[in-house]
Amino acid sequence: MTTRKNTKKPEVSGDELKEFYREMLLIRRFEEKAGQLYGMGLIGGFCHLYIGQEAVVVGLEAAMEDGDRRITSYRDHGHMIACGMDPKGVMAELTGREGGYSKGKGGSMHMFSKEKEFYGGHGIVGAQVPLGAGLAFAQKYTGGDRVTMTYFGEGAANQGQVYETFNMAALWKLPVIFVIENNRYAMGTSQARATSSKDIHTRGEAFGIPGEMVDGMDVLAVKEAGLRAVAHCRSGEGPYILEVMTYRYRGHSMSDPAKYRTRDEVQKMREEHDAIDHVRKLLIDGGFASEDDLKSVDKDVKDIINEAADFAKESPEPALEELWTDIYA
Amino acid sequence: MARMTMIEAIRDAHMIAMEEDDTVVVMGEDVGYFGGVFRCTAGLQKKFGVERCFDTPISELGIVGTAVGMAAYGLKPVVEIQFADYMYPGYDQIVSEAARLRYRSAGEFTCPLVIRMPTGGGIFGAQTHSQSPEALFTHVAGLKTVVPSNPADAKGLLLAAIADPDPVIFLEPKRLYNGPYDGYHDRPSVPWSKHPDGEVEAGRYETPLGKARVVREGADATLITYGTMVHVALAAVEDSGVDVEVIDLRTLLPLDMDTIAASVNRTGRCIVLHEATLTSGYGAEIAALVQQDCFYSLEAPVLRVAGWDTPYPHAQEWDYFPGPARVRRAIDTVMKE
Ligand SMILES: Cc1ncc(C[n+]2csc(CCOP(=O)(O)OP(=O)(O)O)c2C)c(N)n1
Ligand SMILES: [Mg+2]
Repeated sequence: MTTRKNTKKPEVSGDELKEFYREMLLIRRFEEKAGQLYGMGLIGGFCHLYIGQEAVVVGLEAAMEDGDRRITSYRDHGHMIACGMDPKGVMAELTGREGGYSKGKGGSMHMFSKEKEFYGGHGIVGAQVPLGAGLAFAQKYTGGDRVTMTYFGEGAANQGQVYETFNMAALWKLPVIFVIENNRYAMGTSQARATSSKDIHTRGEAFGIPGEMVDGMDVLAVKEAGLRAVAHCRSGEGPYILEVMTYRYRGHSMSDPAKYRTRDEVQKMREEHDAIDHVRKLLIDGGFASEDDLKSVDKDVKDIINEAADFAKESPEPALEELWTDIYA
Repeated sequence: MARMTMIEAIRDAHMIAMEEDDTVVVMGEDVGYFGGVFRCTAGLQKKFGVERCFDTPISELGIVGTAVGMAAYGLKPVVEIQFADYMYPGYDQIVSEAARLRYRSAGEFTCPLVIRMPTGGGIFGAQTHSQSPEALFTHVAGLKTVVPSNPADAKGLLLAAIADPDPVIFLEPKRLYNGPYDGYHDRPSVPWSKHPDGEVEAGRYETPLGKARVVREGADATLITYGTMVHVALAAVEDSGVDVEVIDLRTLLPLDMDTIAASVNRTGRCIVLHEATLTSGYGAEIAALVQQDCFYSLEAPVLRVAGWDTPYPHAQEWDYFPGPARVRRAIDTVMKE
């Protein structure tokens, strides 16, 4: 059973670093904008921001190839942007408009894209985990060596269906990577108050599933671990677990005052471990980019996000008839 | 008498039950340290300690199952399922274990368990935070099902539920936590502090399970409802100008059929209103019973007003919600016959 921590840094090109920077920034700015629109009353209901966790999905996407699939929970905006879905369609779903990926039927937590192999957005904690194994089953059944990234939180790791799935995935050697995004909190409950063990990546041992813990604030480490996991799955050896240590800067959802942790704790993560700052520093220190280069990336990103916000405001409300479409019984 | 919101009234009931009886324990996701996402259990952990009010992992099946075991062994667990929509992973334990323990042990064991859960829409929660699954409980033999519509009832019914020797499903319309909601989403909301039912007696009192309340007397038709829809019904009746009697069931099981039959036999017209989807909803049960018990008094077919048979939409919440306009239409229809 391998339980390894990442030690060495992988080789990385300036172009790739720049791409990481851009992708992570795109997610962060998208989320900041979503937060603003929420504050203005343009987005209602539940809205879970991914700010702080960007390196997880960006690093793993870099380890994936065409035909690989992904599925996640309700904290899904980052995953959609990282797999190439259009920020306009995502933002318009948040505002509940016709131009949204689910035509306003799903909202923040429920969007899909067959084209980008994105299988949702799921609001019930843990529900996407067996679905991810099913996606991998179908991949194996239809031949080829494609894999499915199945994301869930450290809180979701306490749902019974996760362990039913571990057993089946191992039994049937399914090409599924279980990505536990450990952001330390499940709503107001810290990991220590709800989880018997400190390490979650070792929970596959009883099923014969290898697992490792990864620094989720370091996009390069995430990618490297992702490559190991993907290689394992592609070679037909069955599932793999990545416990990616990360942190959410904002509340659980927009309505969470986050009184269960100190300001200092959040501040310290932001200042000392921010994933975007980390890449920015690598770019500048390595001579891969100048401040001006990065400014122009910032500007591009800003334009994309502003366009998405405009689209989400201008897209019409769904027609009344949409209430009864996609209904069959 | 104190003025309370429904949240405060529910909290007060917990406090009283826990003070009086140390076999009462409170468990659920975020109920302890954080005090519950809707704050219904705030302060309980501080007052009674983590042994008696504690957080659970996100494991609904395990939570309910553990509580059934605790109840069989003489504790009185009060479980919070954070939203009724998260109940499904725990449903097996509710149906197969909690509901049947007394029957299959021939009365040797009972299951004095209360499972509270916020239900209903009105907060833009969409399909996974708005459902009203009451019919999934009333269909199961062995579960009592309660839906309060105001703070005073919420406290009395919860105390009665905790005292009950059998499992009680306690559904709290989340749209009513802070004030009565009449379905006019574009009008300013009224707080409980301005509503007569926001007056809550101090100390223990029980509102009996199985006793409906006539909230508005009327001669021309009977409107049977519960939870949030009580307030919607009152608003619709007010606007309609028709003299409709409005009955708040308060508990769906046991059902107060006497109150229903007495009213319908007098008015001859009957509408059932709920927010849950129509087909196989609780309204179907009421309609069947009314035709059975009041057939010869009926002047018009029994009508149902309910949520559409669709998942709860995200963007079109108010088109889904069976608000006063739809209720008024039903009143007009039933009066035409
Ligand atoms: C079955 C179920 N139970 C409870 C909830 C309420 N809930 C939503 S998110 C959440 C916390 C999940 O934490 P975690 O898995 O760590 O993911 P994170 O939000 O930190 O990304 C809870 C309890 C739910 N949506 N579904
Ligand atoms: Mg978490």
